[in-house]
Amino acid sequence: MLDISNLKVSVQGTPIINELNLTINPGETHVIMGPNGSGKSTLVKTLAGHPAYEVTDGTVNFTVHKKIMNLLEMETSERSLKGLFLSFQYPVEIPGVTNLNFLFESYKYHCESQGVTVPSENEFIDFLKPKCELLKMNVDFLNRNVNEGFSGGEKKKNEILQLLTLNPKLALLDETDSGLDVDALKVVSEGVNTFRNKSNAALIVTHYQRLLNYIKPDVIHLMVKGKIIRSGGPELALEVEEKGYGLL
Amino acid sequence: MTDFEIKKKMDEGYKYGFSTNIESEDFPKGLNSDVIKLLSLKKGEPDWLLEYRLKAYQYWLTLTPPTWQYCQVPEIDFQNYFYYAKPKQKKANVESLNDIDPELLETFNKLGIPLSEQKRISGVAMDVVFDSVSLGTTHQEDLAKIGVIFCSFSEAVEKYPELVKKYLGTVVPYTDNFYAALNAAVFSDGSFVYIPKGMRCPIDLSTYFRINAKESGQFERTLIIAEDDSYVNYLEGCTAPQRDENQLHAAVVELVALNRAEIKYSTVQNWYAGDKNGKGGIYNFVTKRGHCLGVSSKISWTQVEAGSAITWKYPSCYLIGDHSTGHFYSVALTNHKMQADTGTKMVHIGKNTKSIIVSKGISAHESSNVYRGLVKIRPSAKGAKNFSQCDSMLIGDQCKAITFPVIELKNELASVEHEASTSRISEDQLFYIESRGLTREKAVSLIAHGFCKEVYKTLPLEFAVEAVKLIEMKLENSVG
Repeated sequence: MLDISNLKVSVQGTPIINELNLTINPGETHVIMGPNGSGKSTLVKTLAGHPAYEVTDGTVNFTVHKKIMNLLEMETSERSLKGLFLSFQYPVEIPGVTNLNFLFESYKYHCESQGVTVPSENEFIDFLKPKCELLKMNVDFLNRNVNEGFSGGEKKKNEILQLLTLNPKLALLDETDSGLDVDALKVVSEGVNTFRNKSNAALIVTHYQRLLNYIKPDVIHLMVKGKIIRSGGPELALEVEEKGYGLL
Repeated sequence: MTDFEIKKKMDEGYKYGFSTNIESEDFPKGLNSDVIKLLSLKKGEPDWLLEYRLKAYQYWLTLTPPTWQYCQVPEIDFQNYFYYAKPKQKKANVESLNDIDPELLETFNKLGIPLSEQKRISGVAMDVVFDSVSLGTTHQEDLAKIGVIFCSFSEAVEKYPELVKKYLGTVVPYTDNFYAALNAAVFSDGSFVYIPKGMRCPIDLSTYFRINAKESGQFERTLIIAEDDSYVNYLEGCTAPQRDENQLHAAVVELVALNRAEIKYSTVQNWYAGDKNGKGGIYNFVTKRGHCLGVSSKISWTQVEAGSAITWKYPSCYLIGDHSTGHFYSVALTNHKMQADTGTKMVHIGKNTKSIIVSKGISAHESSNVYRGLVKIRPSAKGAKNFSQCDSMLIGDQCKAITFPVIELKNELASVEHEASTSRISEDQLFYIESRGLTREKAVSLIAHGFCKEVYKTLPLEFAVEAVKLIEMKLENSVG
């Protein structure tokens, strides 16, 4: 589904990612761990198309329904419409725009892009209700402005609600677990697990083993100074937890 | 969007920019008492009105144009305008809309304002003013049957002189300001509305203004009188063709609300704003004021100003009757080189009066957007309450938003609240929204609509839809 080859990314002239290679197949959950400043967040933001990050080399192929697309040539909005989703580490506030309005607008554009009929607003609210319940979110948060006055946990839950609503092919989760208490962590993980199936995939960026108690990874990558230096199975995470990044 | 698509959209421009090829009656250029006498004669006006005009003109001669405004107004050569531009009608008398020149009807069709019977079905009465002349008012007969008068100002002078005499100039006297004096001297036409006692006007009344003739000024005069316990919802729409020269629009609107009466006045203004280098465009210098004369009377102004090269207006309310209420809701958008200096005055005179001001300014490119608000609580205004909220949104880093809120409080038992905010649409917000599948432009619209929502809610539905589309159109390509 995702094929990253020789990727190099700079921010304001400073190289952050140096020759990164990564392949993700449908049905897989990949996890990237690494010390602060290793470029993990940069990677997922670059994949989503953040304008601050400059790709200086490499290719990224994004394959959906057997169609191979050159991700780096696509506009941010197009990447989303074609099945990419980024759960932000620090979701931004949008005053004046309600969660319902925002979710519905995104959903509508995705429907139109796929040639699916757009539901009425009431039908959409019914569609959202079970997802809100799963994430233990009060339905009247839909009338609040996007992320305005939300706690850290609420913001992360909001990201997962959007994930479940838009149902992408590839979900990029940027430190979704940071700032969550145990209960929130369980709820968010359940959301991600509900999303995951054989035809989609997830790339999760995290510092801690804790999340991986609830979301079972298929592959773990260790990223240091802009490169993936080691990949392995779930046991790799335990090794890192024990020995720290110094083991590398 | 590719560079090509962006450029195409930028060149698309103002879609009302076409002009109509129609002969205008000849009238000398310039302003002097002879021109005024001729104008009055052509309109068949009674002596008292000519006298009023001449007095106003004499007073105007003693004044110089104001200079306190923030916007830069180039010197206007008042002698270089036509003060009357009546399109030559094929038929002398307009009995019905069928008598109107088809070219004119076509103009209005293009603008999306069909004057035909279709409008009858939609339930909105309409007065159409093309250049300085009212072309026709629909639904007049039906309204007359229930005592509602809705006609052109000229017709009101002819048929209801007592009413006009009683109220003309009582809300905006010609001594009020330079442009009010000019208007009183040379006003050509506009709308007149009279709602009798106890009547809740069953349909919305609207006037559509279109300036067409070159180098002409439009000085329309509108007077709305709502008797005790009456209600009217009035809508005003405006466009003008694209011309290199600036056209002057100096209108006066007077509203009078008697006991327990309510007047709602909504405007969606999209006068040609000039090209992106600031060449051409309408000068929109308007004096709009309402007197809440009666006890528990209410006047609400809602405006969406998205056009004109320079917008200079302060729809205001004088809260004279006890328990009267004044509302002002405004969205003012400026882009490219537009300038706006707009706001409101709420003058509290009676007891327990209330006013609400919600002003939203959006500025983009190199434009300048000024909010000027005056809340005046006179010593007699015991128990007065005011709430003002003034928000500015800046798009890009070259635009300006400035606020001059003035509060004059002369009664201790009054409460005045003022909130203000300034925001920018941040790159992070745009990226967040784009990452959910919306294009950059749609993202800007989403944020802008959220910003203006509170004002849109006070517009009648049709107008609200038009306002949303207008703001979207104006925001295209405002974010690089």
